[in-house]
Amino acid sequence: MRASIGDKVIFTHAELDRLIALLWGDGIPVVGPKVADGAVVYEPLGGIGEMPWGWSDESGPGHYRLVAGEDGALFGYSLGAQGWKRHLYPPRQNLFRAERAGRGFRILRSVGDDASPPMAFLGVRACELTAIGVLDRVFSQEGFEEPGYRSRRGKVIIIAVECARAVGTCFCASAGGGPAVDGRFDIKLNEIVEDGGHVFLAVAGSDTGAALLSRLSVVPASDAQIIIAAAQPVEAARQQSRRMDAEAPGILERSLESPHWDDVAGRCLTCGNCTMVCPTCFCTTVEDVTDLSGNHAERWRLWDSCFTIDYSHIAGGALRQKASSRYRQWLTHKLSTWHRQFGMSGCVGCGRCIAWCPVGIDITREIESLRKAGGSDGTD
Amino acid sequence: MPDRKRPKLAVWKFSSCDGCQLSLLDCELELLAVSEAVEIAYFLEATRKVVKGPYDISLVEGSITTPHDVEAIRHVRRQSRKLITIGACATAGGIQALRNFKDVKDFIDLVYAHPEYIDTLDRSSAVSEHVRVDFELRGCPINKHQLLEVLNASLNGRRPNVHPHAECVECKMRGNVCVTVAKSEPCLGPVVHAGCGGLCPSVGRGCFGCFGPMETPNTVAMAAKLAEMGLDGRDIQRRFRGFNAYADAFRRESEVHGG
Repeated sequence: MRASIGDKVIFTHAELDRLIALLWGDGIPVVGPKVADGAVVYEPLGGIGEMPWGWSDESGPGHYRLVAGEDGALFGYSLGAQGWKRHLYPPRQNLFRAERAGRGFRILRSVGDDASPPMAFLGVRACELTAIGVLDRVFSQEGFEEPGYRSRRGKVIIIAVECARAVGTCFCASAGGGPAVDGRFDIKLNEIVEDGGHVFLAVAGSDTGAALLSRLSVVPASDAQIIIAAAQPVEAARQQSRRMDAEAPGILERSLESPHWDDVAGRCLTCGNCTMVCPTCFCTTVEDVTDLSGNHAERWRLWDSCFTIDYSHIAGGALRQKASSRYRQWLTHKLSTWHRQFGMSGCVGCGRCIAWCPVGIDITREIESLRKAGGSDGTD
Repeated sequence: MPDRKRPKLAVWKFSSCDGCQLSLLDCELELLAVSEAVEIAYFLEATRKVVKGPYDISLVEGSITTPHDVEAIRHVRRQSRKLITIGACATAGGIQALRNFKDVKDFIDLVYAHPEYIDTLDRSSAVSEHVRVDFELRGCPINKHQLLEVLNASLNGRRPNVHPHAECVECKMRGNVCVTVAKSEPCLGPVVHAGCGGLCPSVGRGCFGCFGPMETPNTVAMAAKLAEMGLDGRDIQRRFRGFNAYADAFRRESEVHGG
């Protein structure tokens, strides 16, 4: 059957395996969910046999566990430990190599010359797709385009999967990141496991997606299947007990001198884990390295975090010595000044910063505390 | 080597296990390039040939534990244009600084048949307590890639790319799953200086702090987390009393716990 954009079609899990094989056959590495070291991670994926079949997860502040799922779903977990950022914007990127030439140097290769391979991301959740949209915005600002990111991003095929459930740290419904998949995807999937059947309802969101679906064995979705799929994100939203205060930008604007920052600083390890797992944190540092002779040099870009001292180091020293000022910087940028800078929130509600904070600092609760500590605008 | 005089390198040993010096020999492929870039002028672990000082770069391994050491390190400093300490012993007193928490005389009587021959200081201390140090490279042992980077940076007159932030940053960059969050494994990573590349968490173990305290270690919050994970006061004290027990932040936190 030929599938067009917007058609709702059904295929079996065996066809999903074929989709993965077709992509690899086309020379497109597939990156998707796998189980490693007690968590779901997004890594190159050869077939559905490598997927977290039958696994689910639970999470809370500073807590994550893989648990046995109730059904035999392939996408029964919520999120990978780290997002797609590490594939779109790797932790270490070479920007250029250079060699000494007389009194100056000659650039041998720059990142813009690099033809990065295409990739297919399988299992992108709504919040993650929203986060990729945030990174798209950040890295395509006029005058500040990031060629490495844009080169990789332009060749990524996105196969999104809508959530049918939420875990304890999810708050995408209130943050606006999900749980309904919205935005630019190539294929959107809903996994339907019931009465012994295991199928996917698929919709193509692009010509690429439609062409891929047309190569699979698919049938039109029934009304009942369409209803089941439509109910999944509704249920995922209903299960969310955490919520991000819609007034967060204003609360933070009024909280610059709040005593609450010292309270957070007492708990915060300034380890940077929150920024590393955040799907929209994009800060990096740049390092030059040389060989021993000094005749060859390379410039590298590395993930950095606003929780390090070096991050705010300028001539004369580091601006943000205190943990309170570093935590304030992170939260205020993410939830408040990001709006002014990029016209959107920097938070999609994935909850990774809550789950993967070793001491379980919860940004939704910190906003609540800031409101109570005086960040309220007085209207309530 | 283009139009540059080869700087003279010296490698010194104080109270230590030699492991950090060995990291230099362990450079294998790069060792040839190092020996071309510098003149190895004093390195008894590698050669008995000794070229007289002064030296352009001195790498110092080991802690200061005897009156003789105190004199010797001053001598090294006087002969060295740049003095770089390598390893937990030289930067924090090492594992032997565990004796600093007790009266050393008690140990001497227990350990040596003839305590009267032993002439030692009350404490095992970092080199920086005695002389000016130009750069401290952490680790037990040091990471050979970091050692090369420090040598390389010194030769090329640039700042070494050695990050004082938490081990967690390296761990996440490597793609490791956090052992504390996913397995409730006690891990010191959040208060520990990066540098090892995330060795222990990469094999499912918690970090035990070979690289000492990171730049702004919140050891109070770390200890509270360890307690929440079920460690008692004695366990917590032991976590902070490893190879870097006498590094200021770890020493102070360890003194709060016990039992």
